[in-house]
Amino acid sequence: MSRPDVVVTGLGATTPLGGDVASTWDGMLAGRSGVGALTQEWAAQLPVRIAAELAVDPSEVLDRVKLRRLDRSEAIAIIAAKQAWADAGLADAGPDPERLAVSVGSGIGGATTLLAQDDILEASGPRRVSPHTIPMLMPNGPAAWVGLELGAKAGVHTVASACATGAEAIALGLDIIRAGRADVVVAGGTEAVIHPLPIAGFSSMRAMSTRNDEPERASRPWDSGRDGFVLGEGAGLVILERADHAAARGARVYARLAGAGITSDAYDIVQPHAEGEGAIRAIARAVADADVARTDIVHVNAHATSTPVGDMLEIGALRQAVGDHPVLTATKSMTGHLLGAAGALESIATILAIRDGVIPPTINLDDPDEGLTLDVAAHKARHMEIPAALNNAFGFGGHNVALVFTRP
Amino acid sequence: MTRDEITAGLAEILEEVAGVNPDDVAEGKSFTDDLDVDSLSMVEVVVAAEEKFGVKIPDNEVQNLKTVGDAVSYIEAQS
Repeated sequence: MSRPDVVVTGLGATTPLGGDVASTWDGMLAGRSGVGALTQEWAAQLPVRIAAELAVDPSEVLDRVKLRRLDRSEAIAIIAAKQAWADAGLADAGPDPERLAVSVGSGIGGATTLLAQDDILEASGPRRVSPHTIPMLMPNGPAAWVGLELGAKAGVHTVASACATGAEAIALGLDIIRAGRADVVVAGGTEAVIHPLPIAGFSSMRAMSTRNDEPERASRPWDSGRDGFVLGEGAGLVILERADHAAARGARVYARLAGAGITSDAYDIVQPHAEGEGAIRAIARAVADADVARTDIVHVNAHATSTPVGDMLEIGALRQAVGDHPVLTATKSMTGHLLGAAGALESIATILAIRDGVIPPTINLDDPDEGLTLDVAAHKARHMEIPAALNNAFGFGGHNVALVFTRP
Repeated sequence: MTRDEITAGLAEILEEVAGVNPDDVAEGKSFTDDLDVDSLSMVEVVVAAEEKFGVKIPDNEVQNLKTVGDAVSYIEAQS
């Protein structure tokens, strides 16, 4: 059976750098940091008082009554989905609803809703708990809302693989189209958990940067002074489409989603495998699945979260699975770590890098770790022809996902 | 409290909870058919009304409150 080609025909995002894809991409190419000090009263008691908050609050986009029944992660998924939908030219003439699927997940889910409603329960009793609580906190909420807004009837799927979620959701979208279960899939990730509890939890793991006095310099993948990730919030969604379906309606095509690789470490619940074994296999599988020459993969948008161990393991994995030639970047240096949305937002950056022939910079790479033996587009965007590029995403639980995008 | 005052109080709640235009709220209007208040929002309306008017509206009464006028009568009788 011949396998259908899958292409990307629409992009949507709301991020710490901008309320849409264009402003986010401009911010990335300019090397702008979206990280800032947390000014909320609750932040004062925390060891970590920095984060990459949304540039445009959902209240500026969605109406007040609608927002009352949406977790923040759901609201921004809807915002990004509608952008992607319009960007793909589907707003006026959508596909057959029974051939439209959704694959959207988050790393943590509706945690802020759960915590806010627990505050109400403690203070005012059970009768005051909102009747919208369950649909706001359920993990499938963002996917279900996107499906509802766009009328998707071919299945609404929720991937949860921590920080690999966004990329795995896109990989699932690829599978759905290849398996013939849909012609169009809205795929990606969303995350909004800038709240004292998740921050306290991550910082108890010693996973977060405490560079509180220099927010814009805190996320510094591969730099010898890196001391953990910076929490970000946002959503990134793409429209995946069977290539002949896109061609038939004359859609603009950004890139091909040529292949995906998913593996699991079976090693430790939070530590990556010591030799990056699972990451290597994921990348190798993605390259094999994409059926491209390793030498064509000249750019990698790395997972690189600015943690001491993970950043260097990925370098070793890339050298083994791809080679010494690709030019890397870590856009988390600018956006912070969007957890379940990271792999989706970074896929968007990878797709746009291919389209525009430009790699967004890795900022704050002032004193590269001596283990950094691959070329990085440090400080400034770098222009080059990119026939194919790779995006990696790894998550707590031992999830490894790699995606290969190519020029259409 | 007069019926008009109770209606005005309900209109405030309906605007806050469900985005209903206060000008549309009148005794003859059905919550679901005319004002587009869904079942989950109706729960919020009831809880807010209990607090605002200092009354108890048991769940088995809520199904009888089809129109704004039904709710006004119930609240008027209880308060």
